[in-house]
Amino acid sequence: MTLSRSARWLLRGAMALGLAFIYLPLSIVLVNSFNADRTFAWPPPRWTTEWWARAWENAGAREALWTSVQAGLGATAIALLLGSLVAFAVQRYRFFGRETVSLLVVLPIALPGIVTGIALDTAFRSVLAPFGIDKGLFSVIVGHATFCVVVVYNNVLARLRRSGGNLQEASADLGADGWQTFRYVTFPVLRSALLAGGLLAFGLSFDEIIVTTFTAGPGVQTLPIWIFSNLFRPNQAPVINVVAAVLIVASVVPIYLAQRLSDTAGGGRL
Amino acid sequence: MSAGPATPAVALRGLRKSFGAVEAVADVDLEIADGEFFSMLGPSGSGKTTVLRMIAGFEPPTAGSVLLGGRDVTRLAPFERDVNTVFQDYALFPHMTVRQNVEYGLRVRRVGRAERRDRAAEALRSVRLDGLADRRPAALSGGQRQRVALARALVVRPKVLLLDEPLGALDLKLREQMQVELKALQREVGITFVFVTHDQEEALTMSDRVAVFEHGRIAQVGTPAEVYERPATPFVAGFVGTSNLLGGEAARAVLGREGTFSIRPEKIRLDGSPPTAEETSAGGRVAEVVYAGATTRFVVDLDAGARLVVTQQNLTTTSADVAALRGRPVRLAWRTEHAVAVPVPAVPTPLPKESAHAYR
Repeated sequence: MTLSRSARWLLRGAMALGLAFIYLPLSIVLVNSFNADRTFAWPPPRWTTEWWARAWENAGAREALWTSVQAGLGATAIALLLGSLVAFAVQRYRFFGRETVSLLVVLPIALPGIVTGIALDTAFRSVLAPFGIDKGLFSVIVGHATFCVVVVYNNVLARLRRSGGNLQEASADLGADGWQTFRYVTFPVLRSALLAGGLLAFGLSFDEIIVTTFTAGPGVQTLPIWIFSNLFRPNQAPVINVVAAVLIVASVVPIYLAQRLSDTAGGGRL
Repeated sequence: MSAGPATPAVALRGLRKSFGAVEAVADVDLEIADGEFFSMLGPSGSGKTTVLRMIAGFEPPTAGSVLLGGRDVTRLAPFERDVNTVFQDYALFPHMTVRQNVEYGLRVRRVGRAERRDRAAEALRSVRLDGLADRRPAALSGGQRQRVALARALVVRPKVLLLDEPLGALDLKLREQMQVELKALQREVGITFVFVTHDQEEALTMSDRVAVFEHGRIAQVGTPAEVYERPATPFVAGFVGTSNLLGGEAARAVLGREGTFSIRPEKIRLDGSPPTAEETSAGGRVAEVVYAGATTRFVVDLDAGARLVVTQQNLTTTSADVAALRGRPVRLAWRTEHAVAVPVPAVPTPLPKESAHAYR
């Protein structure tokens, strides 16, 4: 399709404006983390790395970061296991309720976080607490896993569909038993899809706040929660800017990698 | 059994397969001799691929048994059977090089590295791909992928090679070239080939014997000449070649006989010279002329009421000559024995008796 000259410029302008609206505020956060003025005067009068040093020494922030990493890794591990199992079931077998299962697995990512949070909170307090499973880090991991499963499921399912079901048949036909087929064919073909799904899942978990609010036990504070609770303390503001800057970088890298991995079809490089 | 005194390479006994209410394969009995190039021909959905998958072990039969070299393998997994498959979409492993693909069957059988290399190189040479061993399948053309799939299956030296429409994805020129190569390769390695196709010409040119499938049953088994010259049912007559049937009133008027008869288009002449004593003749009018380079097809409406297709080689005629015949009255003639009686089966198609030599 050919567009007129003016239409091309108009569309380019709209694109630039749209992207600027998203990314300029983020870059202001990054810049302000080096702003020497405590009230973020603009333009910054002087530059400093003092806030970065103070953030590094802040015990609360460091503890929250470690909690977030643990929660992210835990949720990702559960998502990898369950997501790929469901993807295999849906792709390989025909069974009653297959479409329903597929929908139910994808649904949590669309459900309002506050509903998921309240539901899980109730479940943990009234059903699981009597069995000695209290809210804590574990409940946060389970809560995150509910929507992390989706991204792994989608990635693995897409790869399985594209690589065709009969690679496993070809392998068995050539004399490989079930374990050899998994080791030499199934897993290598899925590897990059699993990695992409895992990175996305980690990214989702790492910045989640709503479900976390409802599922975290006392004393369990993830990084986003720590930011939220320190947001309105005036003397913490510069430190929060630094933590926010770290969060931005920490989210961008896995998402970027995940996108690269999803695009390389054969999964040959990783 | 006519497969010879030796044990058949593949024997199917009362084989059935149902998918829910659909009967994909209904009672197939078949014996395929050692070293034979055997084709299973039929339209899509006729059950030929399902039979192939049951021989390979991918589908468990609903009833009946599969014997390979006299041994019942019905309950064995694919990796426990001495057969290999060339898949329709090749199913090459995308994350491995061509050499790794070909070596795969040896690797999982724990053949030593040096022997693996040698045998893979030899297999790649036999399909003329020696230069491409380090490429990924994605970097190959359709014809090359086809050869890799062949080499990968042949390198493990199976007793039987199953080919599931292996040439379906190739263009016409390449397909014709691969037909010749496959046939030569089969003669060279001496392995039994079981070849599934919906292309009647492919089946006729390559096979020692052909089984024509219809609705999950075998309508006829025989050599290409038998199947072509003496079709056992109207379906076979129509599917293998052009359907040229004379039946009912037209058969009575032209042939003076009751029944349905098949006459192959190239057996009929319309040069106008008077019929000899061995020939039957019929008058008609040319309804359509289709010029196809080497040959011309005439669609002729007989005065007796049937429609016959006649093909003639364009030995001396040109497109202008044949086009002038459209609408003209003509006199057709064919040797009387070329009108072959075709038994019309009561529905559903029973197994034809005259090809019983292929059954137990």
